[in-house]
Amino acid sequence: MTMTQQQTNGHGAAEANLVDVRHLKMYFPVRSGVFIQKKIADIKAVDDVSFTIRRGETLGLVGESGCGKTTTGRCILQLYRPTAGEVIFEGQDLTKMKTSEVRKFRRNMQLIFQDPYSSLDPRQNCASIIGEPLIIHKMIKSKQEYRDRVAELFSVVGLNPSMGYRFPHEFSGGQRQRIGVARALAVNPRLIVCDEPVSALDVSIQAQVINLLEELQEQFNLTYLFIAHDLSVVRHISDRIAVMYLGHIMELADRTELYENPLHPYTKALLSAVPIPDPVIEAQRERIILTGDVPSPLHPPVGCVFHTRCPVAIDECKAAIPAFKDVATDHYVACIRV
Amino acid sequence: MPPLLEVKNLATYFYTPEGVVKAVDGVSYDLEAGETLGLVGESGCGKSVSALSIMGLIPWPPGKVVNGEIIFQGEDLRKYDNQEMRKIRGKEIAMVFQEPMTCLNPVLTIGRQLTETMELHLKLDKHAATARAVELLQKVGIPDAERRLTQYPHQFSGGMRQRVMIAMALSCDPKLLIADEPTTALDVTIQAQILELMQTLCHEFNAALIVITHNLGVVARYADRVNVMYAGRVIERSSAREVYGNPRHAYTVGLLHSVPRLDEPRRVKLEPIEGQPPDLSRLDDGCAFRVRCRYAVERCATEYPPLVSVGENHVAACWESHKLGAQPRARA
Repeated sequence: MTMTQQQTNGHGAAEANLVDVRHLKMYFPVRSGVFIQKKIADIKAVDDVSFTIRRGETLGLVGESGCGKTTTGRCILQLYRPTAGEVIFEGQDLTKMKTSEVRKFRRNMQLIFQDPYSSLDPRQNCASIIGEPLIIHKMIKSKQEYRDRVAELFSVVGLNPSMGYRFPHEFSGGQRQRIGVARALAVNPRLIVCDEPVSALDVSIQAQVINLLEELQEQFNLTYLFIAHDLSVVRHISDRIAVMYLGHIMELADRTELYENPLHPYTKALLSAVPIPDPVIEAQRERIILTGDVPSPLHPPVGCVFHTRCPVAIDECKAAIPAFKDVATDHYVACIRV
Repeated sequence: MPPLLEVKNLATYFYTPEGVVKAVDGVSYDLEAGETLGLVGESGCGKSVSALSIMGLIPWPPGKVVNGEIIFQGEDLRKYDNQEMRKIRGKEIAMVFQEPMTCLNPVLTIGRQLTETMELHLKLDKHAATARAVELLQKVGIPDAERRLTQYPHQFSGGMRQRVMIAMALSCDPKLLIADEPTTALDVTIQAQILELMQTLCHEFNAALIVITHNLGVVARYADRVNVMYAGRVIERSSAREVYGNPRHAYTVGLLHSVPRLDEPRRVKLEPIEGQPPDLSRLDDGCAFRVRCRYAVERCATEYPPLVSVGENHVAACWESHKLGAQPRARA
């Protein structure tokens, strides 16, 4: 198949890390005033985050709403230009690129959105939704090639190519998400950022889309950044998992390691809060119930951002932001109590 | 003692230009006082519509309760007119909705919204109602309750708003609380708080609870009994332990297998239920699940399977239920 050939050509001997994120910061200014808008504060959506995404792996990014996981994903794609830090994609620092260069570069990295209902243009038929990136990135030479490629993409995601003339509203949620996947695949990207790709879908359909994503990863040698709040789904699909809280990464480890040996108190609480569909096991489980809400990122707590809800917090936690340290092979934790 | 609520053969249809949508078609269940019932199913399976039918909140046009009885404390609610239903709603039966963001009035203070129901149903004066509102907010775990009463919904976080909704629902000591996807819009750590809270408060107020959800995990911990719905009908009903441990309908089996679980070794592949949920305006006589069912036989196409007993207090509507049951889940 043409896609696989293009994937492997030329990138065979590159280093293990596809993306290297270093000290990434994304602050959104808060302005006030009627005529002269003065900046009064910053919302620190992402505050000094570093991690790597290895070639061919799936990195899971979990956290509660407002923790900055979506912002991190968008900063990697340069949909937001980060306040500080570096995003190095195969040796090139994207943050230093001009917008026009980034636009061309984006054929290497694509995004699958959360809501399949609002992320597809309702007035465009599905063939042209999927085909548009091909035209923009000048990846086809003739009309025949365009038609063939669109038909190929339809069948790759398990849809019938004859459905191409239909509009998004004629498809169900699961099918629409497949169209979103096909659109992302159209330009042969190497990295796909999946931003909550299954959370808007029904349980029985979720598994279909997850299986599809896994099959495509194998087929086209893709790398995923999988953003989600559902920990059971993230464990299923990811190779390594990063846990975010209020703009910081709290813990990063291999899938099995994180679930069997969570070290950060937030990870522990998060794991214990996930309900398990089995009443016998549920009755015996101990739950760590966190009190209170996530603090506002406008006024994050000083020191460790989690200390206000942490069951094991001590006075030293308020003093300084804990370092993100390596505690075992490939297991990083930002907590002084570990 | 007769059950608190008895729903018999309830059918709610929506008359749309595309045809009659049978959102709920012949649903029966009952509920004892103080019991927690889980109503599980995917979107569009009729779980919310069946709850709205009990409350008499189906908008006409296009929707209508066309058949069945809703017997609550010995009286058929379908015979009540609007005036009488208003006395039941909010007082005897209260509801917690899914979206805490949109279900509170943005231009009224929390205090006003809480006291309104109490002044109306309990005939409390303003002072007594405010005092009770403070007490209720403290019960649902909102600190600084007196000051919070004067605030507006936008000053509350999602979890806090859902707490306000629960306080409002419990304000008139209802006998029955219907929670429609109470935690779906909330974060995992907040979900656990809210569910725990609803359970304890319902015990304290001795109210029965119907939890409507698509999340199989949520009901596992909290429900005494579980109804699984598909395409407008109850297809399996039993104790939570039975439904999860010994599912006897092909859909329940498929649903349980399609979710990854944290407590089990990771599987290489999930086993999804293939295909799409059916169009409720184009249902035929056969089993609605048969096109997605891996156990389907010829009989499934011609006859709708009745809900038959498959064990102690366990009913399922599946012709092939004898082949199902406690099966080892496929593992990696």
